[in-house]
Amino acid sequence: MISVQNVDFNYPDGPDVLRGVNLQILDGEFVAIMGENGAGKTTLVKMFNGLLKPSSGSVTVDGVETTKRSVAQLSRNVGLIFQNPDNQLFAETVEQELGFSLKNFGFSDEVVQKRVTSFLHILDLERYANSSPFVLSGGERKRVALAAILVWDPRHVIMDEPTIGQDYLQKERLRNFIMQLVSQGKTIIIVTHDVEFVAECKPRIILLSHGQVIGDGPATRILTDPALVEKASLTVPQIATLMRNLADGNTEQRIVDVYSARDYLVKKLRKGERGLEGQ
Amino acid sequence: MTAILARNLSFKYAGAQEPSMEGVNISIEKGEFVLLTGPSGCGKTTLCRCLNGLIPNFYSGELTGELEVDGVNVEGKTTAEMATHVGFVFQNPENQLFSLSVERDVGFGLENLGVPKQEAIERVEWAMRSTGILNLRDKAPYELSGGQQQRAAIAGVLAMRPSILVLDEPTSFLDPKSAEEIVSVIAKLGRDLGLTILLVEHRLDVVSRYADRVVVMDGGKIRLDGPPRQVYDDQARLIGVGLPRVTMLCHLLRREGFDLPNPITVEEASAEIRRLLTK
Repeated sequence: MISVQNVDFNYPDGPDVLRGVNLQILDGEFVAIMGENGAGKTTLVKMFNGLLKPSSGSVTVDGVETTKRSVAQLSRNVGLIFQNPDNQLFAETVEQELGFSLKNFGFSDEVVQKRVTSFLHILDLERYANSSPFVLSGGERKRVALAAILVWDPRHVIMDEPTIGQDYLQKERLRNFIMQLVSQGKTIIIVTHDVEFVAECKPRIILLSHGQVIGDGPATRILTDPALVEKASLTVPQIATLMRNLADGNTEQRIVDVYSARDYLVKKLRKGERGLEGQ
Repeated sequence: MTAILARNLSFKYAGAQEPSMEGVNISIEKGEFVLLTGPSGCGKTTLCRCLNGLIPNFYSGELTGELEVDGVNVEGKTTAEMATHVGFVFQNPENQLFSLSVERDVGFGLENLGVPKQEAIERVEWAMRSTGILNLRDKAPYELSGGQQQRAAIAGVLAMRPSILVLDEPTSFLDPKSAEEIVSVIAKLGRDLGLTILLVEHRLDVVSRYADRVVVMDGGKIRLDGPPRQVYDDQARLIGVGLPRVTMLCHLLRREGFDLPNPITVEEASAEIRRLLTK
């Protein structure tokens, strides 16, 4: 469990980045941290693996305060995948990149090889095994960065803007992959402002604005609240707006994704047709 | 008049096994707003890099075919020469801004071109007004929000008075509200100044309403080319284009036997579905 209590954070002589943040993320939860550019999202998740320590308040991971552990110790259980893969990648080949941390954590050569091979496959990177990460496209480098963290099997996985630079099919693949990780019991935390992606994944949303938590709840509730969403410089997903338009002021429906909208509308339209036949 | 004319254009990056772009033929008229999309690695960035001479001046490899931009044969031209014809805006505005104030950043390119001082001042003023950032002139780039930074980057390019703007995923790093604002600024520049716009984007939900034409690339080739309503069909979906969610919903409903056209905005889709519901 990740627990954040009364956390304030400011860089030396800088303005407050986080103010009075309280939240708990349970083991195995799937959470999206959303908010405007500069809301404090990345700062918040950097506290989860100890890269940043609170100016006041406390952050505990699996019952231990982050100030009592090194980043290396925390990272074994908390994998943080950076927004910009170039901040993370340095090895000469994709294969070496994936094996690096495993070796550092002391796994045997045999285990390293097995895990690397398996993750090259899972993230569709086999053909790049011997390429330098730097000749790959932005989207591909992001997948390498993701594989390089997942390969050591951390219990909590944090992805900072995983959908940037990914096309539609890759996002679909990422979504399936996240669901797979969630079903394995991992805690998944994504930092994102991709409302359409979140509308399809439907995680719990923690909404940040100007360093404060302004909303916390299921995606279907947060994303159908235009006033709240607006406050965090996000937009309501297209489908939610459409359903709102169709409901003519009736805002009871909490539909945010394409497939739920189809099911709802098909039912409603068929009922209409039957109704007419009956007259 | 033709703004961009490519004939059988191909490029293979040095050291790559396969060409990144192969046999591209395209003709874009002056003043057109063209959306270029396709899965990552499809060759869209490669095509853009040819337009201002980044390829082959800064990326070596084998370039064949013919390319005319703004009436100029690009072969043998430097990127600096092309900068007055084609303005290039990148994904991450931070890479494009480095001065101590917005005003200096916007004027930087002009200074390099040796434009006389009085004219430079007028052009910087005009570019800042056109992008709505006059009030930010004395701010440092790091004091700006992501959306403001991207406006400043566009202003810097605009000051060079290009007739064509090429924007490579300019909204990727922006929150949804800022993304909508930037895209509407770009569309307005196209309309008011008669600029030709070539916009590379995955966020079709935000961009589609402005595009005269959508070009879809896949595997280094142009696969689809036409007005959005026509291009957003099953084939586009199979290539992996992330259709606007409301367009996708209408596809799904058509498959269930309902009579719907191919709307590309929430407003259109709402009207069409409401028509069915009240029939």
